[in-house]
Amino acid sequence: MFKYSVPLVIFIVLAIFLALGLTLNPREIPSPLIDKPAPTFSLPRLQNPEQSLSPSDLKGQVWLLNVWASWCVSCRAEHPVLNRLAQQKLAVIIGLNYKDESDSAKNWLSHWGNPYDASVVDAEGRAGIDWGVYGVPETFVMDKQGRVRYKHTGPITDDDSVEIFIPLIQKLQQE
Amino acid sequence: MRLFFLLIFILAAPNAGAGVEVKQFASTEQEQAYTDLISELRCLVCQNQSIAESNAELAQDLRQQVYTMLQQGQSRQAIIDFMTQRYGDFVLYRPPFKTKTLLLWLAPVVFFMAGLVIVWRLSRKRKRDTVSAQDAERIEKARQLLEQGEDL
Repeated sequence: MFKYSVPLVIFIVLAIFLALGLTLNPREIPSPLIDKPAPTFSLPRLQNPEQSLSPSDLKGQVWLLNVWASWCVSCRAEHPVLNRLAQQKLAVIIGLNYKDESDSAKNWLSHWGNPYDASVVDAEGRAGIDWGVYGVPETFVMDKQGRVRYKHTGPITDDDSVEIFIPLIQKLQQE
Repeated sequence: MRLFFLLIFILAAPNAGAGVEVKQFASTEQEQAYTDLISELRCLVCQNQSIAESNAELAQDLRQQVYTMLQQGQSRQAIIDFMTQRYGDFVLYRPPFKTKTLLLWLAPVVFFMAGLVIVWRLSRKRKRDTVSAQDAERIEKARQLLEQGEDL
């Protein structure tokens, strides 16, 4: 009996591990920035390049940083979701226009709508490296103390928006 | 046909050269440090390649970052710290030994030990199963007795 149950047990354990492995998303790499102060930058605004914006300007507010680019296909998919989220005016949404041409970025916003309170230009992708950006779009949520509390890699879906972002923002607003 | 394959190889060749941008180094040690580092940092876009192998834009940027930091005279450890602070341990092909990576580092040893135990136990069992010459004689005798019994 023992002789036959051993391979069976090994098989079941393996199957469970492999099944768990299948449900994981290898693209989701946990960010080391969570609960750490938001990396700083001082970058020109897309619509108004003479003015710069840095995360310290947003202290005391809950804000989102959405990394986007006009060349990014999944940003297009995410865009309507962001527009809807912005309409609710729950938090300040800042766009980080990552390695993009400012002209095509502006066109993109006027064509698809602008959910951002402001977008900053990171043409070289230097701020992107500081934020550990590896796949556009990415979205970070910062609390009032300016700490990163959540990172979302890949396009935000309506479900993500309703189930993760809105409750989190509401929670952070109350802190 | 041979020409066709030759053409394919020639056309595919530039891919093999990813990460070999022309870069000037102050010393051969610095160049060595650079090649070592970029082959130990994982590209996060194409996850099974190092930033030395990958042609992804992020890999190019990170190579440039490593290069710049080396030019500034920063140490190897400083560069590794810079990368892990931003991308986490995931960026390292040789993750550090800590509680979270304990299983990762120790699993091979554990599996090896388990293998040894299994081999040891199996070989002991086999020894137990091999019948001694004396036993064989007795078995043969018993068989003969049985056969005689049938005849009766």
